[in-house]
Amino acid sequence: MTAENDVAIRLDGVSKAFGALKVLDNVTLDIKGGTAFCLLGRSGTGKSVTLKHIIGLLKPDSGHVLVHGKKIDELKRQELSEVRRSMGFLFQNAALFDSISVGENVAFPMRRHTDWDEAKIREVSKAKLADVGLEKDYDKMPGDLSGGMKKRAGLARAMALDPEILLVDEPSAGLDPITAGEIDDLLVELKKKGTTLVVVTHNIPSARHIGDELAMLHEGKLIAQGTAAELDRSEHELVRAFMRSEGAG
Amino acid sequence: MYARVGAAILAALAEVGEVSLFGLRALREALLPPYEFGEVIRHVYEIGWKSAPLIALSGFAIGIVLSMHTRASLERFGAEAMIPAGLAIALIRETGPLVTGLLVSGRVGAGIGAELGAMKVTEQIDALEASAVDSFKYLAVTRIIACIIAMPMLTLIMDFCGIVGGYLAESTISGMSWQLYFQRAFSLVEFNDFIPATMKTAVFGMIIGTIASYLGFSTTQGTEGVGRTSTRSVVLASMMIIVSNVVLVKLIFFLFPATG
Ligand SMILES: Nc1ncnc2c1ncn2[C@@H]1O[C@H](COP(=O)(O)OP(=O)(O)OP(=O)(O)O)[C@@H](O)[C@H]1O
Ligand SMILES: [Mg+2]
Repeated sequence: MTAENDVAIRLDGVSKAFGALKVLDNVTLDIKGGTAFCLLGRSGTGKSVTLKHIIGLLKPDSGHVLVHGKKIDELKRQELSEVRRSMGFLFQNAALFDSISVGENVAFPMRRHTDWDEAKIREVSKAKLADVGLEKDYDKMPGDLSGGMKKRAGLARAMALDPEILLVDEPSAGLDPITAGEIDDLLVELKKKGTTLVVVTHNIPSARHIGDELAMLHEGKLIAQGTAAELDRSEHELVRAFMRSEGAG
Repeated sequence: MYARVGAAILAALAEVGEVSLFGLRALREALLPPYEFGEVIRHVYEIGWKSAPLIALSGFAIGIVLSMHTRASLERFGAEAMIPAGLAIALIRETGPLVTGLLVSGRVGAGIGAELGAMKVTEQIDALEASAVDSFKYLAVTRIIACIIAMPMLTLIMDFCGIVGGYLAESTISGMSWQLYFQRAFSLVEFNDFIPATMKTAVFGMIIGTIASYLGFSTTQGTEGVGRTSTRSVVLASMMIIVSNVVLVKLIFFLFPATG
């Protein structure tokens, strides 16, 4: 059994409620290392909440989240930082640091966590921006970017340290079909290099293209999980309706 | 009725408790590596240096006004020669530190509250955490330390500009020379007037930084929440400065009885 086949991320009976609102209800799932996992579901079902659990921004009310076998929700600050260094996270709203330039946003994780010199940091940041088609926008401020450009800059920042695990929340939302296709290709490329991907998306064609495994979240539970072909044959009408859609975004 | 007032008081006390814990945690973490020297220096510049013009101008104006009041009072006793010293003592012991504290809580408290609040509601604080950065340390501790460092320095600027303002007011009326004015101004000022009063502003800095950072980190409800945080930072910090000043002055009189 090679490392790629090991479980990279495991949710073990995770439940989460905000006040009276039950968002996740005993969710259990395994994501294998080096594969792409696409999380589907209607708006407001808890997809972003699930991603935030994986990187430890939210803690489960009960159950555990394991990354490379470590219980994220029980780690001390130091150890949690350690694990987070091997992860990248694209927020749904990009969450760029708006007081520094786009390029510095991408350089930020390198400045914090590597001992690279200035020249190398600039070079790698430029390359990451080029990967998402923003090579000309290094010195722009985040406030001056369009929605889709922010998203791509956020993805470049998430990829800054070549993370083993990349969590992306709707990477192609707000992008034109061509750019969205390019981002999909980039993600597939990363997967080929061994990155574990967790992708939240509403774009079914893209999920079919990227995802080794798809799952659908509905009312706090995973109502379907498997390959695209398996989801096409799901017993749930909602899942089949989802899989038939061409809906971009 | 009583129950509601009681509940409000309890809620306020609970918040004071949480702010205090936040501040104590900041002090503890400031002593533990990694030290964010670069950030602290950047914030001393933002908080301290950029407040300097405001503080200098205010100090100058306050010096002029204080000088007019001291003259009006001391003239009655024929003690005009005491005017410079009277002004210097009033300024250095109380007016300078307190006014600087209130001005900084306005400019800096509002700024920190709004900045951190905006970062909170746009998930930038989460993004820092996701980048394996300790957001509390990186954002709050550095600002609190910067406030602690900047306040005494700004107070010195206020004191100095106030004395210069006092000199200008005095020299236009009595034509007193620069040398004589300064000699008289500092003739009665002692170590015990100067050091404790200036150092107590470090506590004001701690109060401003802690309250604004705490409220910034607890901001919810979008843009409206950011506005609310900004206002609350100024109101709470000013209030806490005025209240803590009572205790600090009492403490200074106790520790340095020579001044009393
Ligand atoms: N920090 C929070 N506090 C309170 N409620 C929250 C919080 N975060 C999320 N929620 C609630 O949890 C539910 C799920 O939110 P989430 O953002 O995960 O939805 P989503 O599946 O990502 O939806 P979308 O596709 O629209 O992004 C929503 O009802 C939301 O209001
Ligand atoms: Mg979402």
